[in-house]
Amino acid sequence: MARMKFLCDAERCIECNGCVTACKNENEVPWGVNRRRVVTINDGIVGAEKSISVACMHCSDAPCMAVCPVDCFYRTDEGVVLHDKDLCIGCGYCFYACPFGAPQFPQAGAFGMRGKMDKCTFCAGGPEKDLSEEEFAKYGSNRLAQGKLPACAEMCSTKALLGGDGDVIADIYRQRVFKRGKGSEVWGWGTAYGKPDRKKAQAGAKS
Amino acid sequence: MTPSRKLILAGAALLVAFGIAACGEREQVVVYKQGKYQGKPDTKPWENDPGASLYTSSKWNKGDKTSWESAVRTRNLAQNEYTRAE
Repeated sequence: MARMKFLCDAERCIECNGCVTACKNENEVPWGVNRRRVVTINDGIVGAEKSISVACMHCSDAPCMAVCPVDCFYRTDEGVVLHDKDLCIGCGYCFYACPFGAPQFPQAGAFGMRGKMDKCTFCAGGPEKDLSEEEFAKYGSNRLAQGKLPACAEMCSTKALLGGDGDVIADIYRQRVFKRGKGSEVWGWGTAYGKPDRKKAQAGAKS
Repeated sequence: MTPSRKLILAGAALLVAFGIAACGEREQVVVYKQGKYQGKPDTKPWENDPGASLYTSSKWNKGDKTSWESAVRTRNLAQNEYTRAE
C-alpha cells in the first residue's frame, strides 16, 4: 500500500459542504473547529468558479512535525500524520507552519484560551486504545481500524473528494480525466500552478 | 642557529598560526534536526478485531496487514463509480 491521501476533483465539487458536515458528525468536532473546509475561488464568475475541499493533507515532509517544540506528531505506517493531545501545549506553531490552515484550536472561556490542537486524523483516531471512548473523545472516530475510509470522502455525493491509498485514487482520477476526453495535458505544470484564463473568465461573467 | 634567529622564526610561526586561524569558518545557519515523537505508541489498524466495532462491514484477519489492506482497497475502489456503473 502506498500512502493515504486525499484528492479533490475541482471539476466535480459543487460546494455542498457535505464533507464538512460528514466530518463534524463523524468526529463530533466542537463548535469553532473545522477539520475540513470547502474553499471557493472566483466566486460568482461564470465558468471560472471552482471549489475544493481542504483539510490536513498528511504531508510527506510535514511542516507541523518539523516545528513542533514538544514533538507530539507522528506518522503512521499508512502515511497519516497524527498527534498526541496529551503532549500538545497548544502553542500554535503548527498552525503558522501549515500551508493549508489545517491545525485548529478550540477556544473556551471568556478570554478565548487556546486549547490543544485539533486536526483531521484521516479518520484514524490517535494514540489511545483503538475504538475506545478516550480515543473518540480526544481524536474522533477511528474508521481505519474498522476497515473504512474517511467519512468525508465516502460521503461525498459527487465523489469529488477521494480519499485512500494514493495509487488507487490517482488511478480513479486518471480514468475520469480520460473519460472527459482529456489526456496528458492535464497533468502538466500549467494545470497545477498556472493562472486561469482571465479573458475567458471575464467573457463568462458578461454572458 | 642563533637565538635571535630562533626568536624571529618562532614569531613568524606564531604570526602564520594567527593568520590561518582567521580563515576558519563556522556554520552560521542552524541545521534543523528532526525530533523524535515523544508521545504514546499507537496501535496499528489491522491489529484490531474486525468485530471490535459495531458497524464494521469490512473483513480481515486480525493482525494480518495484507488482508486489512485488501479490505481497505476494496472499499477504496468503491469510490470509482465508473466500475460500479459498468
